[in-house]
Amino acid sequence: MEVLLAIIIGILYAAGIYMMLRRSLVKLIIGIILLGNGANLLIFLLGRITEGAPPIIPGESKVFLEAYADPVPQALILTAIVISFGLQSFAIILVKRAHKVVKTDDLDEMNATDEDS
Amino acid sequence: MTQQLILYPLLLQLLLAILLMFFWKRIGAQRIISMLGSIVHLGVSIGVFAYIWNNGTQTIQAGGWEAPFGITFIADTFAITMVLLTSIAGLAVSIFSSGSVISDRLRFGYFPIFHFLLLGLTGAFLTGDIFNLYVWFEIIIISSFVLITIGGEKAQLEGAVKYFTLNFLASIIFLTAIAVLYGLTGSLNMADLANKVAAVENRALVEITAILFLIGFGIKSAVFPLYFWLPASYHTPPSAVSAIFGGLLTKVGVYALIRVFTLIFVGDVFLDQILLVLAIFTLFSGAVGALVQNNIRKVFSYLIICHIGYMIIGLGMFTEVAIAGAIFYLVHDILVKTNLFMISGLIYRIKGSNSMRALGGFYANYPKLSLLMFIPLFSLVGIPPLSGFWPKISLITASFDTGSYWSLAAIIFASFITLVVIAKLWAEVFWKDAQEIPVRPKFRYYHKIKNIKRIQIIVPIVFLSLVTLYVGFGAEHIQTLATRISSELMDNQQYIDAVLNTQISE
Repeated sequence: MEVLLAIIIGILYAAGIYMMLRRSLVKLIIGIILLGNGANLLIFLLGRITEGAPPIIPGESKVFLEAYADPVPQALILTAIVISFGLQSFAIILVKRAHKVVKTDDLDEMNATDEDS
Repeated sequence: MTQQLILYPLLLQLLLAILLMFFWKRIGAQRIISMLGSIVHLGVSIGVFAYIWNNGTQTIQAGGWEAPFGITFIADTFAITMVLLTSIAGLAVSIFSSGSVISDRLRFGYFPIFHFLLLGLTGAFLTGDIFNLYVWFEIIIISSFVLITIGGEKAQLEGAVKYFTLNFLASIIFLTAIAVLYGLTGSLNMADLANKVAAVENRALVEITAILFLIGFGIKSAVFPLYFWLPASYHTPPSAVSAIFGGLLTKVGVYALIRVFTLIFVGDVFLDQILLVLAIFTLFSGAVGALVQNNIRKVFSYLIICHIGYMIIGLGMFTEVAIAGAIFYLVHDILVKTNLFMISGLIYRIKGSNSMRALGGFYANYPKLSLLMFIPLFSLVGIPPLSGFWPKISLITASFDTGSYWSLAAIIFASFITLVVIAKLWAEVFWKDAQEIPVRPKFRYYHKIKNIKRIQIIVPIVFLSLVTLYVGFGAEHIQTLATRISSELMDNQQYIDAVLNTQISE
């Protein structure tokens, strides 16, 4: 399971960065989304995967009796998902506006900011 | 009760931001609330600063969960100094925004977002938890995305696309670094991490994590190979927005770098070498970049990059004197860079252009304003009694002590080129004869706007210039402060003890 997840994370990071390096604005957004998901899965994997042991203390005891799944990474992922969701929706609107105003979706043609003015 | 003191600057900004949202359509009310709120915030920050100065580092555990399990907020002298500088710059830019940003832009929630940005900055300085730091960084960048795009001009949107992409990438790399660090140590509290990272046996993995942090924060603080988003975007939004960005956003990256590399990843020669090399290249490329630009705001953008190098070089040399120099430079740089972008805004208001070739004749036409602008411009260069000079003494002394003569050469080179750039700017904009600039019929020139607006534009520049003069002439005080901060940073055990050994008292 760990190996499979590690490979998936690697693919997500690689594909995300590849897409960000492309010139199209839409591919840029796809890259951002892939990278965000890759990072979330990485937190999940590095928090150690423990199967079938929810972090709930049984009714009659005061402490955990055996190994349990670490709940912290899941809280982190939840936060990160919400944040990246917000950022991605902003990115989509931004790209839509930029496309409307600049009238191109080619990042190479977005060079007005580098011109001498 | 006194423990909660350190949260007051944070809560006040949050309160202001929320309060301002209730006045969404009433710009006049927003202006007044933002200005008064910023004045109160400055007062509170000074109060908290005085308290920390007298009583030492204070911590508070959110919800009473003991460290390392809960989220820690910690105010040591470094953090609270940054909060104080944030509120000084925040006050200046808040007043300046009222005067210089046109109301078409203010209508889209400019002031609430501006205070959310300040909230994020304050939070990032005060937090003692690495994931919490990530969250504050996200608050900062989301607010800054909105501020940079308000108005929706072509150049702004293009700049915003670049700014957004690189900053998002930085966040993802930062998050990746946090994930790896959590996998290594199982902790997120920075003090606890400092202990646990020191005990990790797999040093190679620690080094890779450190490099990930370096890249993440390096993009945010515009360090050498990672700065290209900055000159592409900082000159596009209104100058008030550039002022707060130029003054504080890159500095929060530097703050995070200094914090992480003096607390968690300490004593790694390899990393210090990398920091030094990056700093030298940053100094060099920023300076050369500034030399060839024509747009005043682009010149200032490159100078931001160049001067980030001074702080990183101080961190790279990693002696008490060097870090004191870096901290002093940080204090000076926040005040001066904020002021410079406001000045570029003032020049733009007067002439309707920011191109050095098109401008001219300022000294003949506006002698008093020129004298005012002289202060920050030449503080930046570091003409002796002014503020930019003093930190360089520490940095140069430190580079002699550590025998890193390349750093010495880079410091002197960058300082010389800064002098050339500012002298060129002074000759072009102030001394050259006034040029014919086509009059823009709809543009609201300085001589056309109301008196109150002019006061709102001039007062913050005067205010920050006075603070800069104080930093220059009262250098002894700032040096005491910087030395104290650097001794606290060099002895990270103090920080660790302050977080981990506090008793939760009720």
